[in-house]
Amino acid sequence: MSAVLVERPGLLTTVQDDGRWGLQHVGVSVSGWMDRWSARLANRLAGNADEAAVLEVTWIGPVLRVSEPTTVAITGAAFDVLVDDQPLRSPLVRPVGAGAVIAFGQRAWGTRAYVAFGGGLLVPPVLGSRATDVRARLGGIDGRRLQKGDRLTLGPPPVAPGRRAMPDPAWLRQRTLRVLPGPDAGDVEGDTHLVGGEWRVGPASDRTGYRLEGRPLPPTEGERPSQPVVMGAIQSPPAGGPLLLMADGQTTGGYAVVAVVASADLPIAGQLGPGDACRFERCSWDQAEAAAEMRERALDAAAERVA
Amino acid sequence: MRRPTLARLGDHAWLVRFEPRVDPDVNARVLALAAWVRAQAWPGVRDVVPAMAALAVHVVPDRQRHDAVAESLAAHLEAGGETTLVEPAPLEIPVAYGGDDGPDLAEVAAVTGRSPEEVVRRHCDAIYRVFMLGFLPGFPYLGLVDPAIRVSRRATPRTRVPAGSVGLAGAQTGIYPGESPGGWQIIGRTDETLFDPASVPPARLAPGDRVRFVPLPRGRVQPAAGGGPA
Repeated sequence: MSAVLVERPGLLTTVQDDGRWGLQHVGVSVSGWMDRWSARLANRLAGNADEAAVLEVTWIGPVLRVSEPTTVAITGAAFDVLVDDQPLRSPLVRPVGAGAVIAFGQRAWGTRAYVAFGGGLLVPPVLGSRATDVRARLGGIDGRRLQKGDRLTLGPPPVAPGRRAMPDPAWLRQRTLRVLPGPDAGDVEGDTHLVGGEWRVGPASDRTGYRLEGRPLPPTEGERPSQPVVMGAIQSPPAGGPLLLMADGQTTGGYAVVAVVASADLPIAGQLGPGDACRFERCSWDQAEAAAEMRERALDAAAERVA
Repeated sequence: MRRPTLARLGDHAWLVRFEPRVDPDVNARVLALAAWVRAQAWPGVRDVVPAMAALAVHVVPDRQRHDAVAESLAAHLEAGGETTLVEPAPLEIPVAYGGDDGPDLAEVAAVTGRSPEEVVRRHCDAIYRVFMLGFLPGFPYLGLVDPAIRVSRRATPRTRVPAGSVGLAGAQTGIYPGESPGGWQIIGRTDETLFDPASVPPARLAPGDRVRFVPLPRGRVQPAAGGGPA
């Protein structure tokens, strides 16, 4: 059976897909890939359905060995990667032979890369998804990051014509996130404060969310009952900087939600890591929808077939 | 009774908001609306998430579906129709109170000026509603707690609270489904499984369920992992 063997796991490599939907009402986070655009691109390049499970690589990448011939696609953060002894730089898509080694090297840009194999990773789904929720220890391989010695089964190779990778998109590398007004934007001045300020992703930031460092926010008053939140929501806590909720964030929260990152720019947020600077810019609902539409067009164009 | 408002929660979800307070009547309206939305089975809805005083409806990234949900939701809220909440029979949760299972029981008693026995009795006398779940899979927020035994959260949260721990925080009581950091005042522990991903459904409790705690005689709960009282 076709498999991927983990020779070195990397810093934080997890199995991810489009997330665990339908159970937020019982406190199960959606989880899933942090940069949905790059992950789906990797799947398309490998000939998979958009929702196939992939590996999300963070900062320091793994060394993997495939048992059977397959196709490997790597997108998102740019890395030097030795693919079957060929020194390459991601984004890339390559057919590889039985026993081929994929060894991640130096990171050039970004925080998270996506590795898709033809056929997808077939870890057993948990509650309808293969996504790893590291906080709740659900899904992927026993709810954890990859370890040396892990063996991931691959699905049957897809029958798809070859695809070529387009150069990685400039928009993914820039650091301005468009935001929509949050439900509590009217109650606090946080939205005004957020936009136009210089922010830095704090050291304690991870898949659950990013603590943003910058000018102190105006204090928010009052205890609010917990309300449902969403990935991309920016909360204004009574103390400390704003919190940008990400994939493993809790399903509800008691802090004011002053803004929400437009879905078109969530992949940019997914590429941020501790120490990265970022800014926010307001956009309208129509602009957000148009931007989301443009991202889909760009995804179609980025994974076009070769003859 | 004020009409709830409809707000956007990013470009893929809608948020219906009622008066923002911990109030069983407000929460009943949220839960009734959640049940109504689920019953409509609108295409493209992928999560319906009630909380204390608000309800989120998450929609797939499809503009048509998203706009259709907004229209139907707005029309329903505009019409002012509200359904009544069905309150099910309470589920009994057996709890071993005090000792190593409830390290904060003595403190809660001292702060509230009651005996530990009275704290336990008042905790068990009430029938609680599950207002919402959150924080961790299967963690229920239950209320309202008898005002005589209300306490604040711990000033310093514990880094590790054993699975099944029963806690108090203000007007609410809750149960930790698994080992986790925790800031609530722990007065007891239950052996009941609150969350199991292999079960259908995976969570023992859902929003709107009702719970009553039943005190166990000492010695009737399995020791916590790592040993403890028999």
